[in-house]
Amino acid sequence: MSVIFSKTSGLTETATHYCPGCTHGIAHRLVAEVLEELGLLGETIGCASVGCSILSYNYLNVDMIECSHGRAPAVATGIKRTVPEKTVFTYQGDGDLASIGTAEIVHAAHRGENITVIFVNNAIYGMTGGQMAPTTLAGQKTTTAPEGRQPEFSGLPLKMSEMLAQVPSASYVERVSLHHPKYIRKAKKAVLRAFTCQMEHRGFSLVELLSTCPTGWGLDPIDSLEWLEANMIPYYPLGVFRAPEEV
Amino acid sequence: MKGNEALALAAIHGGCTHFFGYPITPQNEIPEFLARELPKAGGLFLQAESEIAAVNMLYGAAAAGARAMISSSSPGLALMQEGISMLAATEIPCVIVNVMRGGPGLGGIQPAQSDYFQMTRGGGNGDYRIISLAPATLQESAEMMQEAFALAQKYRTPVFIVSDGMLGQMMEPVELNKSRSKERVAEQPWILTGHHNNRSPRTIKSLRLDPAELEIHNLRLQEKYKRISQAEVRFEAYREVDAELLFCAFGSTARIVKNSVDDLHQKGYRAGLIRPQTLWPFPALAFRSLPKSCRSVICVEMNCGQMLDDVKLAVEGRVPVHFYGRCGGMIPEPEELTARALDILSGDSQ
Repeated sequence: MSVIFSKTSGLTETATHYCPGCTHGIAHRLVAEVLEELGLLGETIGCASVGCSILSYNYLNVDMIECSHGRAPAVATGIKRTVPEKTVFTYQGDGDLASIGTAEIVHAAHRGENITVIFVNNAIYGMTGGQMAPTTLAGQKTTTAPEGRQPEFSGLPLKMSEMLAQVPSASYVERVSLHHPKYIRKAKKAVLRAFTCQMEHRGFSLVELLSTCPTGWGLDPIDSLEWLEANMIPYYPLGVFRAPEEV
Repeated sequence: MKGNEALALAAIHGGCTHFFGYPITPQNEIPEFLARELPKAGGLFLQAESEIAAVNMLYGAAAAGARAMISSSSPGLALMQEGISMLAATEIPCVIVNVMRGGPGLGGIQPAQSDYFQMTRGGGNGDYRIISLAPATLQESAEMMQEAFALAQKYRTPVFIVSDGMLGQMMEPVELNKSRSKERVAEQPWILTGHHNNRSPRTIKSLRLDPAELEIHNLRLQEKYKRISQAEVRFEAYREVDAELLFCAFGSTARIVKNSVDDLHQKGYRAGLIRPQTLWPFPALAFRSLPKSCRSVICVEMNCGQMLDDVKLAVEGRVPVHFYGRCGGMIPEPEELTARALDILSGDSQ
């Protein structure tokens, strides 16, 4: 009997702490599979950021460093500028990247840092208990927006990919979704393109992964996937926002 | 050579390979010098978008094996404290220079020593200590800068160089020890290199959700701090042997105090000086065995009384501890110090 599928060696044997239905597991697997397929697992340094994914170093089979809230792109900059031959990535949530870490992500793009950013956007602060994020949709209820986000009070959700695509030195920016196998296959291609971009010294690459947070959203896993499709994709359109010409 | 440039050149000769900077007065000559000279020496200069980013770049670079440093001035150091706490927790060797200016808030840009607390009390969160080297001359600035990298490596810890706007901007001849420039960072078992598929992945982290595990980590750090406290205390004692009045001052203030000590001797009074060269670990032992002649101590600082706390703790109430300070960027004159000393010596301590 031939083996037609096996778990990627990019993931460790440790069981994740993520909630049932959370798409972090899928996002981890995509990163792990891509790094394995590119033969980069042994030559990669990852930057874990504050949020549910802070413990990602327990699950990803690469050297990793833990970063303070929002600072992963600056830490990645220091690493990449020291060992430019290594593959360096950050794995950041939307509370981390789109709120406390806006300066660091904008300026990593601004400098055209040759790093890859995996940006998990689930429109909420998951780890701290479901508070409003800059990415929380209008009307979406959270523990700090109990009546739903009111745009006239808290503004409209921040579109990070569109924003970062405007940065002159950004190289590759794409938004994909993890709510359905068909989209997950596209997401994997995006992650592959982002890491390839880094291997080819093309500079800053970012993939935004629309993700679910069933616990934070107060929905079961299936309803969460449907909610993502019905609510997030219309506001956060999928697609490539910036790409170097040959990619 | 200007003080800030002496520090920057000494850093290159100390083997510094990576510098991350952000403009702030009065330390700008350090990043400017290194932007010019570090690439020529095969190193990297990168301007960060903020002090917060600079300290995190330092963290990443040093974690990947760079002999790295950053510099800033007081309000910039305040911004870096989150990262410094992280560097202490993860035990990353690196050097951080503070060319102090007046505070609080934006304060001013003239020399001050009002970051003594920030440099010795752990401005960031958690139980940690940072070695703080306080030079008083440009020669000592250069020597301490080179030594800072060695201490950082030896103890796997960040090291502060505590300078100020006066030392940073003044000019003095400096003789550099160039023999150290070829020292390299040895391959350490914690540096992030990628696991090359021949070892398990390495993680540099500070998060320990299990309280028992965090306590063990913290107590291990405390053990290290204890070793540093025992081995790395430095101070200069000047005319202290038969002193009736003992000054305590650090950095540029100590230079002014020396003038006053000499002046008092000429007037027939026995005064001496204890100059801490390490602010942490503080040279408490210099005060544990006060000369029998000593009747009082006076702490002089360019702030409103910060090192004073450590002096009082060290003197343990055996003699009165007085204070004289100027702040906001005002620099004390030797005559002011002499007048204050004469008041104390004549018994009019108020």
